[in-house]
Amino acid sequence: MRESVEWMVGGQQGEGVDSTGELFAKTLVRYGYSVSTYKQFMSRIKGGHTNYKIKATEKQNYYSGDGIDILLCLDKETLPKNEQSLNQGAVVIQEGKEILVEAGQASTGVSYTTFTLPLKKIATDLGNPLAKNMIALGISAGLVELPVEILNGFIEEIFGKKGEEVINSNKQAVLKGVELTKEHVPNQIKPLSVVPVSNQLFISGNEATAFGSLMAGCRYLSAYPITPASEVMEWLSDELPKVGGTVMQVEDEIAGICFAIGASYSGTRAMTSTSGPGLSLKTEALGMAGMSEVPIVIVNSQRGGPSTGLPTKHEQSDLQQMIYGTHGEIPRIVLYAATIEDAFYIAAEAFNLADQYQCPVIVGLDLGLSMNKMTVPTFDSKRVKIDRGKLITDEEAKDFNETHFKRYRLTEDGISPRPLPGMPHAVHTTSSNEHDESGYISEDQTNRINMMRKRLEKVRDAMIQEPFKYDDNGGESEIVLVGMGSTYGMIQETIKQLNEEGVINASHIHIQQLYPLPIDKLQPLIDGKRVVTVENNYNGQLLQLLRQHAPIHNNSEAITQYDGDPFTVSTIAKQVKELISWQR
Amino acid sequence: MATLKDLRGDTPSWCPGCGHFSIMAGIQKAVVQLGYEPHEFAIISGIGCSGKVSEYVRTNGFHTIHGRSVPVAQGVKMGNPDLKVIASGGDGDGYGIGLGHFVHASRRNIDMSYIVMDNNIYGLTKGQTSPRSEHGFVTKTTKEGNKEYPVDPVSTSLANGATFVAQAFAGDIKQMVDIIERAIEHKGFSHVNIYSPCVTFNKVNTYDFYKERLTKIEKPFEDRDEALAKVRELSGLVTGVLYEEKRPDFQGKLGIEFDTQSCTNGEMDEDLFHKMEKQFQ
Ligand SMILES: Cc1ncc(C[n+]2csc(CCOP(=O)(O)OP(=O)(O)O)c2C)c(N)n1
Ligand code: SF4
Repeated sequence: MRESVEWMVGGQQGEGVDSTGELFAKTLVRYGYSVSTYKQFMSRIKGGHTNYKIKATEKQNYYSGDGIDILLCLDKETLPKNEQSLNQGAVVIQEGKEILVEAGQASTGVSYTTFTLPLKKIATDLGNPLAKNMIALGISAGLVELPVEILNGFIEEIFGKKGEEVINSNKQAVLKGVELTKEHVPNQIKPLSVVPVSNQLFISGNEATAFGSLMAGCRYLSAYPITPASEVMEWLSDELPKVGGTVMQVEDEIAGICFAIGASYSGTRAMTSTSGPGLSLKTEALGMAGMSEVPIVIVNSQRGGPSTGLPTKHEQSDLQQMIYGTHGEIPRIVLYAATIEDAFYIAAEAFNLADQYQCPVIVGLDLGLSMNKMTVPTFDSKRVKIDRGKLITDEEAKDFNETHFKRYRLTEDGISPRPLPGMPHAVHTTSSNEHDESGYISEDQTNRINMMRKRLEKVRDAMIQEPFKYDDNGGESEIVLVGMGSTYGMIQETIKQLNEEGVINASHIHIQQLYPLPIDKLQPLIDGKRVVTVENNYNGQLLQLLRQHAPIHNNSEAITQYDGDPFTVSTIAKQVKELISWQR
Repeated sequence: MATLKDLRGDTPSWCPGCGHFSIMAGIQKAVVQLGYEPHEFAIISGIGCSGKVSEYVRTNGFHTIHGRSVPVAQGVKMGNPDLKVIASGGDGDGYGIGLGHFVHASRRNIDMSYIVMDNNIYGLTKGQTSPRSEHGFVTKTTKEGNKEYPVDPVSTSLANGATFVAQAFAGDIKQMVDIIERAIEHKGFSHVNIYSPCVTFNKVNTYDFYKERLTKIEKPFEDRDEALAKVRELSGLVTGVLYEEKRPDFQGKLGIEFDTQSCTNGEMDEDLFHKMEKQFQ
């Protein structure tokens, strides 16, 4: 029995690679496994090689894995492109004229088995040429002995509207696949052990973010479509109207943030979602939200930059843009979920922080987190409670007894009671100009100093429930690996591997609150250690951020990758080893 | 009942004689005459001399950034459909940097009014050419005369589906107030372009210039084409309500029972959570 399997399907875009991958992933999820996935795709609709990678494990895992046990090739490119990732004893399923089982050897030295068969012809013989991917799924299921009932259940869900005939031909295809496996490649791969089914969700980072936002009471999103953020608006487009809210696809990203600021100003929890190019366009309005102290949540799912860059590839290069972007100095909070599970809570907390601190909150994501699905234990709806901060009622506003309500009242904590437009006793002015307490333009120097202090000091103590994740990996370590976003699982596994190999023990910090950086809490964990950031950008933006806050200049490096692909455990491990030897 | 005094906000800093004074007064008067209270309104303004109107008229006000009053204002209405929303700003603000939003607002038809103070020049930045400046117009940035031709605002909103299009003149307060009142009461996107002489920097488009040239349109045209033809024939030098159409506004078309304001402190809605969670299981 095996406790995990790594599976990949590759093919040309538009050939059903995604749907085939997702179906196999869901089957594994229903079987009780914890599944992580990664989709490779290109910025075009038809053609071009794409693949869908799955790692299924008994216990929760956060990384789709370096290797492949079963490789399903729907095109000629899949094998050469992925041969180097094959694990010892892997099975490669590919289309060919006749049934053939052969031994193969990869450039890495591992040996594998190719199972060639005329998938299209077999499907046609079964009466449904479209079912060839189902045969391949049947083979995959057969290899690891997954019960076909699960696949059949999905077939009924997917093809329900198309009638009995289609359902039956697809079920037959799956069965055929299982039979072919038994006949030609029996016992090639160890079957998966049976695990108890728990309450897991199979969800992407975008969906978790959108779900968390909705649960936090967000009822308005305005945005402009952009990869890899579009699903946030797409999911909410389906769900918000059911609860009295709206999603608007507006004319551009500037409108996206401005509409949301307007909606938030008038009392609705509101957000916009985008990726780097959109965030660039939004930065002036981001400053307006900071200056006028209007709460707003901005989701930024990073992709390969700069400019149009690598629109469908992974990168983490907007850190500085998220923390510093916009002219002048504004209060803001920048969060970045470590895992899909965290994305739900971070989104919900973002709305609280925006209301509590009356400022923009940026929720960072990256393509790796955004677009890939993973199993997570179902969310705890009690963990984050809705807190609207110093929002006041008309009754409370009335007690101030002011003809023109002082929206920017100077207070001890810098946060002013906030009424909403429409309240009879709280007519007030909101402004992007420097203003006095009444909201009216003021260029008075004393006022300016007071207002700058008010705005910039108020967020100093902002803190989410889990500003970073920390794992000392059960022992003393000289080195600490620091990451953010979707590298969480890879770093975790790298450390485990290095530990097992006896190379080094490293601790792991994964930062979820980038600004204000919780440096007081971080300091004791990095003191005296060699700090190595692991990040998907050229300049080592996370390293620079840490160096700005902690005296680590002589004892810190960044491991970077900016080729559009996510890290693998082996690349991180190799670089860590190089760093260690270089020190010696 | 609110009085004009209730609608007085911060003290205006405009140059004496600036057309913007009359437009401010026109808005105040319209609100009072229609019997509204200041708190029922939100005036969302852009940046320019004109943009200060949200601080000078005492309703709820949001002085936003250059060119973005229209998207913010539409968002305000989406956030609270009960508010009366007015966006306002200058010709540079609305037809230069913000032109895209204006076109989209015209076709979207959210229930709000957009009042543009058109002085054919950039006032606050001290007299540069504007997208509304005439061909040949000499300014600090067009020393040899403007080589471009002006944006035609009312034809733009007409051509793009605005359901209320009007033009007024700061020198004719009576007509202007009437138009603003009708714009406020119109259900849908109402666009009012108001000629508002900049007495400091624009020595061409003066009060007299407009007085001599403007033609009054007594009642709205039956269809858009007729309105467009008249505007073209008279080179845009018309005042009055040019076109008005009853059509469901954007929010009405959505057919949603809006519930945007009920988010209060406490736990997440557990039932809703479990309902939503199912699709990921
Ligand atoms: C993004 C941006 N660009 C430029 C400016 C400078 N600016 C302020 S007001 C203005 C133009 C004002 O002209 P108009 O909109 O016609 O209003 P007016 O002052 O004439 O009433 C400009 C260019 C700015 N505030 N923001
Ligand atoms: S510069 Fe022109 S537009 Fe600005 S206040 Fe003076 S007269 Fe009015």
